[in-house]
Amino acid sequence: MLKVLKSGFFVTIQDLGRYGYRDIGVPVSGAMDADSVKKANLLLGNDPNAAVMEITMTGPTLQFDEPTFICLSGAHISATVNNRPIENYQVVQVTKGDILSYGKLQNGFRAYLAIKGGFQTEKVLGSRSQFVPVTKTKRLKDGEEVPYIKNISFKPLISEVKIDDHFLENHLDVYKGPEFELLSDMQLSGIFTKTFTVSKENNRMAYQLSELIESHSHSMLTSGTLPGTVQLTPAGRLIILMKDGQTTGGYPRILQLSEESICTLAQKKLGDKFSFKLL
Amino acid sequence: MKSYPISIKPFGERAVLVEWPSEVKESILADILDFMEAFKALKIPGWEMSVAYNSLTMVYNNDHLDFEETQKMILDCHAGQAKSPSNRVQHLWTIPVCYDQEFGIDIQEVSKTLNLSVEELIQQHTSHQYVVYGIGFLPGFMYLGGLPQSLEIPRRSEPRLQVAKGSVGLAGKQTGIYPQESPGGWNIIGNCPVPLFNPGLKEPCFVKVGDKIQFNKISKAEYDLHKIEAEVGIYKPAKVVLHA
Repeated sequence: MLKVLKSGFFVTIQDLGRYGYRDIGVPVSGAMDADSVKKANLLLGNDPNAAVMEITMTGPTLQFDEPTFICLSGAHISATVNNRPIENYQVVQVTKGDILSYGKLQNGFRAYLAIKGGFQTEKVLGSRSQFVPVTKTKRLKDGEEVPYIKNISFKPLISEVKIDDHFLENHLDVYKGPEFELLSDMQLSGIFTKTFTVSKENNRMAYQLSELIESHSHSMLTSGTLPGTVQLTPAGRLIILMKDGQTTGGYPRILQLSEESICTLAQKKLGDKFSFKLL
Repeated sequence: MKSYPISIKPFGERAVLVEWPSEVKESILADILDFMEAFKALKIPGWEMSVAYNSLTMVYNNDHLDFEETQKMILDCHAGQAKSPSNRVQHLWTIPVCYDQEFGIDIQEVSKTLNLSVEELIQQHTSHQYVVYGIGFLPGFMYLGGLPQSLEIPRRSEPRLQVAKGSVGLAGKQTGIYPQESPGGWNIIGNCPVPLFNPGLKEPCFVKVGDKIQFNKISKAEYDLHKIEAEVGIYKPAKVVLHA
């Protein structure tokens, strides 16, 4: 078990998501920055879908009770094992009693802790990703114990790599959304010339942006939405749906983020700025 | 069965949006459901589909998709579906609702605004069958069509921060049930004791798009009983098979 001594701001278990239930309104969930998760799992020889811990903004303090191997990725939150600094994309062997803790957020917003074999929490509807009401709890709490598999024999093929942080990009690649054609020239020039800022309304469901573009009065029948769908409210606000986002919505879907740009946005926090680039 | 013109748009790297004429109509929904059945019969792994009113979002979970190829496949499938008769099975569900003041916290106000007595309001709400045009927004939330005009009422001017799970509400042309506790601006007229989403079941949501719903007024005592029965898993709402 991995004991959560202190849980940090918002720590959840995530895999790559819950597929096959969007027809009954269940969001896909899963790691916000899937690229970082896949890379860490690859270094550990895990299935890409192996469950990891998603650590938002501030890190937890965690204690291992069995030997295993771990790999960090995503945001840099000054992680240490027994006060010895460890880097992202470095396979680290840990043993009983070791303490993983985090310090200051250096860049990004969401860090990942991957573990050999993946965390073994209960699968609900085919996924371990925490999302209420599918799972009973929405995040890890102080004192909680998270199961994993003991491992003493793993021989990593590569024990450490330097990988550029994709998330330091300050533009998001977008495709035209289903209602792109509704945009006026003024709205188009607003979208593609302005720099946008992440507002305080940002979480695993959606990111709202601070800047407004020209308002509109288009109404449409409720229709499907996806992670990365950019909705335009009548007031001219842009709302970008993320992994826990609703499966349907009634606002025009003007843009759709590329999968890579969803990962980039997942690493942006309140006040961070970016622009849109049409693919 | 009537077949409608469809349009297909790319929707990011792994999805397409198929749209039927922009109307809330049972014959359009039937054409969408027939298409889904014909497409499922092709047995191509990786596709996930969800309906909302006049549109179908088709997500391909396996790999990136080729839009031109997918578009052709969808058009061919839609053109060919009329040839094979539909085997779709649909149900009419009787959903119990307790309209007592304890649950229907806005029922007095709604009855005044609509110029109906509370009894008339309940009678009208329970005498119609509502078509499920989509499930989304929240797990198990049904988009219902067919509300009589006499029950149309604007949303509350200020949404509530918390609406109880199971709350039955009215808003604009819609009526529906909150499957979980959530914020919301609908006018609450009752509560349904049966959970609409249960992740512990193989089929977490018993209602399917295309089914119909009819509400049935129950007493507080029946409500309490159904609530316990539903929690231990022995209560199932009554259903009747409708033919497609």
